[in-house]
Amino acid sequence: MTRLSLSAALNSGLRHVLEEDPKAIVMGEDVGPLGGVFRVTDGLSKDFGAERVIDTPLAESSIVGTAIGLAMRGYHPICEIQFDGFVYPAFNQIVSQLAKMRARTAGHVPLPVVVRIPCGGGIGAVEHHSESNEAYFAHTSGLRVMICSDPQSGHYLLRQALACGDPVIFYEPKRRYWEKGEVSDDLSLAPAFDRAVIARQGSDATVVCYGGMVATCLEAAGYAQEEGRSLEVIDLRSLSPLDLDTVCASVRKTGRCLVVHEAPGFAGLGAEVVSGVTERCFYHLEAPVLRVTGFDLPYPPAKYENQYLPDADRVLAAIDKLLEF
Amino acid sequence: MTHDEHVGDPSRTGEPASLLAPDGALKTSSETSSEASTEALWDTSLEVTAELVRDLYRWMRLTRRLDSEAFSLQRHGELGLWAPSLGQEAAQVGSITALRPTDYVFPSYREHATALVRGVTPAQMLEQWRGISGCGWDPAALHLHAYTVVLAAHLPHATGYAMGVQRDGTDEVVTAYLGDGATSQGDANEAFNWAAACHAPVLFFVQNNQYAISTPTRLQMRTPIHQRARGFGLQSFFVDGNDVLAVHAATRQAVSQIRAGGGPALIEAVTYRTGPHTSSDDPTRYRDQAEADAWASRDPLARVEKLLDARDWWTPAWRLGLDAECERLGADLRSAVQSFGPVELDGLFDTVLGGRSALLAEQKAGYADYVAAYEEVSS
Ligand SMILES: Cc1ncc(C[n+]2csc(CCOP(=O)(O)OP(=O)(O)O)c2C)c(N)n1
Repeated sequence: MTRLSLSAALNSGLRHVLEEDPKAIVMGEDVGPLGGVFRVTDGLSKDFGAERVIDTPLAESSIVGTAIGLAMRGYHPICEIQFDGFVYPAFNQIVSQLAKMRARTAGHVPLPVVVRIPCGGGIGAVEHHSESNEAYFAHTSGLRVMICSDPQSGHYLLRQALACGDPVIFYEPKRRYWEKGEVSDDLSLAPAFDRAVIARQGSDATVVCYGGMVATCLEAAGYAQEEGRSLEVIDLRSLSPLDLDTVCASVRKTGRCLVVHEAPGFAGLGAEVVSGVTERCFYHLEAPVLRVTGFDLPYPPAKYENQYLPDADRVLAAIDKLLEF
Repeated sequence: MTHDEHVGDPSRTGEPASLLAPDGALKTSSETSSEASTEALWDTSLEVTAELVRDLYRWMRLTRRLDSEAFSLQRHGELGLWAPSLGQEAAQVGSITALRPTDYVFPSYREHATALVRGVTPAQMLEQWRGISGCGWDPAALHLHAYTVVLAAHLPHATGYAMGVQRDGTDEVVTAYLGDGATSQGDANEAFNWAAACHAPVLFFVQNNQYAISTPTRLQMRTPIHQRARGFGLQSFFVDGNDVLAVHAATRQAVSQIRAGGGPALIEAVTYRTGPHTSSDDPTRYRDQAEADAWASRDPLARVEKLLDARDWWTPAWRLGLDAECERLGADLRSAVQSFGPVELDGLFDTVLGGRSALLAEQKAGYADYVAAYEEVSS
């Protein structure tokens, strides 16, 4: 166990991958000597060379597109998209090429490509640097969508993402990059990459969340405890496919469920969780499943983001509604 | 080739290089070498033998037969769509035959000659057009990728594949086919630039067939493609795409330069899409018959027939043999469509992801239950 920031834990995950898998390649804008704008690739080009840690031209479509070609050739690329809002130029390559190649070639061309995307707000950034666009990719058949919430989940999930052999959109909540935690690099202890984990046990209500919102919900659960309310917090980790088994086992126990995410609510991941829980746990539910999400606005200028983003208070207000229903 | 020394001189884009005139006249090597003094780097090393010309002609004939049979199968309702290669046989055959069988190729969607030469069977060829699968063959086995319909999306793939070749230290050359219209796409421009920036061993082969569906090349671009290539840092070639010998020579030259470490190249082959864009298109809405007639005099097969006649390079027996081979191909295509059975949806759930998916497993099981219940009711 070592105490690392999320950024350093991801860096250590990438080191493992580059050491253990000679076909692994890290590629993206400024990932070389600079180490990426969030330093996730710090030191990698020095240790593994420019052939394996590639500073690419500024062309997101081709970052994913050439990674696809490299994967066809037997390489295992891990691409970095510099910020969430800049993945859209690569949308066609991700949605029509990366996601569909395996199916359209009847399984002949698997594409083990990981696309890392720093995501979400909370860092006072300028426009296009705070978005949560996971629903676009979760809606696309043929992709796995994973999101880490803390240093340990980041380290494990990133290594698992490349090893799983399928295309993975891998989100890293940038507001958590510098938060530290204990990190083990023993992959045999990691939960399966497609499983949700219970981040905190509780009995009165289930709070389903992911990414940057996990810490927010844990904070809310701490306050709730002081008021004698016991919240079970579930960190989804895999957004596609969803681990509804873990979520529903919890909801059958608590009878109440709240879903929390930063992304706008309409047609978001939360709606999918609500539907899954309602279908599977209808007779266990004591209240409608509720959501706390970002508003259906373009991500606002930085000075508004504290009001825009779900925080512990908004989570607790929803918990009040849920428990009093 | 016209190694594109004319960049920056808009008054002169140069004539595409050629070896075999529409009337069947073959430029002698002294003619081509005198051309070399003005048109730099014309590769005169291509030895034009009877075997070579017959071989290229045979592939062009087979391609034409494949195309006409598939088109009529579409008209008979056996295929959902067909994108004809008619008129572009020289560009396709001349280039694909200049590659090694292990050189990976990324076709667009009209390069049926590449599939024929790489050994795709009639049944495999028709699967996609019939709507049975997204690609009928195993791309890795044939070193021929699936057709790509999203214009230019395969060009970054080709560049990336070539980066892999670089890292493997082998001497393969990757080739990607695209049309004139596709050169306007962002992915094409990204791939040209990227390939040049990393000196990737990739050849971009542009068939300028004058149209992108209905849009003529002049509305698509201001600067000719082979000139733009140069600006990206690609070696550039400009060739008569209806002249199979010139295309073959140009591709051989480009590929050998790339193989020797010379960096990526682009060939612009000037040709004409004789047929409609696809079986759904109606070219009479946007082009005159006179134009098509003018191009008919430049047919890629006719000029080779004239050469074979003039040199006495083929025998009646050989011609009859080829006719029979073409008819067999036609018959094989017809029986291929008869061989296709009904499709079963449940298999599709297994090809989406390599690993497990709770979602897909549940949907597959749910669909199977639904089908079983339905069958119970109806029996
Ligand atoms: C990204 C994209 N936009 C539009 C289309 C629809 N479309 C299919 S083929 C075509 C014309 C392509 O022209 P060109 O690249 O010159 O190739 P050609 O069909 O002439 O061989 C168009 C517009 C497409 N397939 N992909």
